[in-house]
Amino acid sequence: MTSVPAPEPARLPAWRRFAARVAGQAIVLFARAITAVHADWRGVGPSPRQRVYYANHVSNGDMPMIWSVLPQHLRLKTRPVAAADYWLKSPLRAFAGAEVFRAVLIDRRAGERTDDPMAAILEALDEGASLIIFPEGQRNQGPDPLLPFKSGLYNIASARPEVELVPTWIANLNSVMPKGEIIPLPLMCSVIFGEPVALREGEDRRDFLTRAAAALAALRPEPRP
Amino acid sequence: MSPLMRDIALLALAVALVLLALTLFGERMRARRPQPDTAVEVFMTRVDSWWAMFILFTLAMLAGSWAIILLFAVASFAALREFYTYSARSKADHLSLALAFYIILPAQFLLVFFDLQRAFAVFIPVGVFLLLPFVSVLRGSTERFLSRVSETQWGLMIAVFCLSHIPALMWLQRPDQEPGRGMLLIAFLVLVVQTGDLAAFYTGRGRGWRRIVPGLSSKTWGSAASGLAAAAGLGLVLFWITPFGPLGAAAMAAVASLAGQVGHLVLRAIKRDRGLRDWSHLIPGQGGFLDQLDSVIFAAPAFFHLTRLWWQAG
Repeated sequence: MTSVPAPEPARLPAWRRFAARVAGQAIVLFARAITAVHADWRGVGPSPRQRVYYANHVSNGDMPMIWSVLPQHLRLKTRPVAAADYWLKSPLRAFAGAEVFRAVLIDRRAGERTDDPMAAILEALDEGASLIIFPEGQRNQGPDPLLPFKSGLYNIASARPEVELVPTWIANLNSVMPKGEIIPLPLMCSVIFGEPVALREGEDRRDFLTRAAAALAALRPEPRP
Repeated sequence: MSPLMRDIALLALAVALVLLALTLFGERMRARRPQPDTAVEVFMTRVDSWWAMFILFTLAMLAGSWAIILLFAVASFAALREFYTYSARSKADHLSLALAFYIILPAQFLLVFFDLQRAFAVFIPVGVFLLLPFVSVLRGSTERFLSRVSETQWGLMIAVFCLSHIPALMWLQRPDQEPGRGMLLIAFLVLVVQTGDLAAFYTGRGRGWRRIVPGLSSKTWGSAASGLAAAAGLGLVLFWITPFGPLGAAAMAAVASLAGQVGHLVLRAIKRDRGLRDWSHLIPGQGGFLDQLDSVIFAAPAFFHLTRLWWQAG
């Protein structure tokens, strides 16, 4: 399987675009009704600058959660970067991934892929989209707050320095639906947006990724007793 | 127009006039200040929230008992969500908590709706109390077991059991009364308790009064007393919507306000324990549903049972 670019929404028939819009609103309503999700714009405001929101990843609900708290005018310009193997598994997921979320689908299998994931990401940025990415690269099931970051965030920072990199912490979602559970619990979640992180002059990859991870982890609310 | 409708309309008119006066007062404060002032803005947000609550509650009263039940069931859901977000729990409690939200809560409000008084009085304190921990036991994790099951039960007691006594008030009426008058008792309880809280909040802060719980709340014995007095005064004024006489209404209002102020301090201690200022941001200017309803939640069961005792004795 190779990476598949998301279909251009404008080229889809009108009824599919309508269905995608309705499904998108339903997801937003559902997320708000169940988790009362609350956006905490701590380090930046909800302004229309081009941004990459990079977030912690504990659950499959993470991306819809960030997507739901963004104000509509930002949501329309924001595309999640997501794994093609997950989002193309069934027709329903393909509809949700490509048409509702308009995800930039990338192939995670480093050895077998034919397309460069960075190229797809930069192309989306050059089209003016903001992005949501999960630099840990996979869901974090362990006790540590964050897994080590993959290099993607550094590559974006060095290739497109004008784009703001906004650390985005999703709090409490893991309790809503822990791995292996089917029924989501209605517990309150919040999405906390921190101060943007930029690549400093002469900073190398490892230092930058450590600093970006620390900026994200600093947003984490104190663990409960 | 039936006497009940007339009383609902009169009460709504009176509350609307008070809210209008507060809105105009706030707008005047706003106009006098050249810069936006935080205190004024907070006050106005609160008044707006009161308007919203007043309109929702009045519409529910006009729509009938099912709407009242639905309104408080939704409030209960939001309050339980706030409580469980910060309560001790682990993965092993997932099913217990899901049962609490999706089965126990609706069941309790259905019991109230069908006026099964025996059943709704024992369902959560006895049935759920004995059976729900078993659901958590089945998952096999005993880590912090007692804290987890106790806090789960506490959430249900506060946010569902006690809260469900507010709509249950609508079935309290003497046989010689017009059906549906019990709804006005809900309005009575909410109005006197909230007025008592506001009076306690804005008065008695001067020197010379000892704080009731230093370090937890700025509430003094003086402010608590003025809260009781304000509640009793309003109870006296509103006696015509209750089945009590003027003095009886004042006494019931004072007792309700007392239970409410106690509840406010208890829930404040829980918030402090969890390091919270407010339970959530869902009601603008007020915090969460639990912040808004804490005193009414504690006052409702006391008020409910005292009213029944009153009639049995009288």
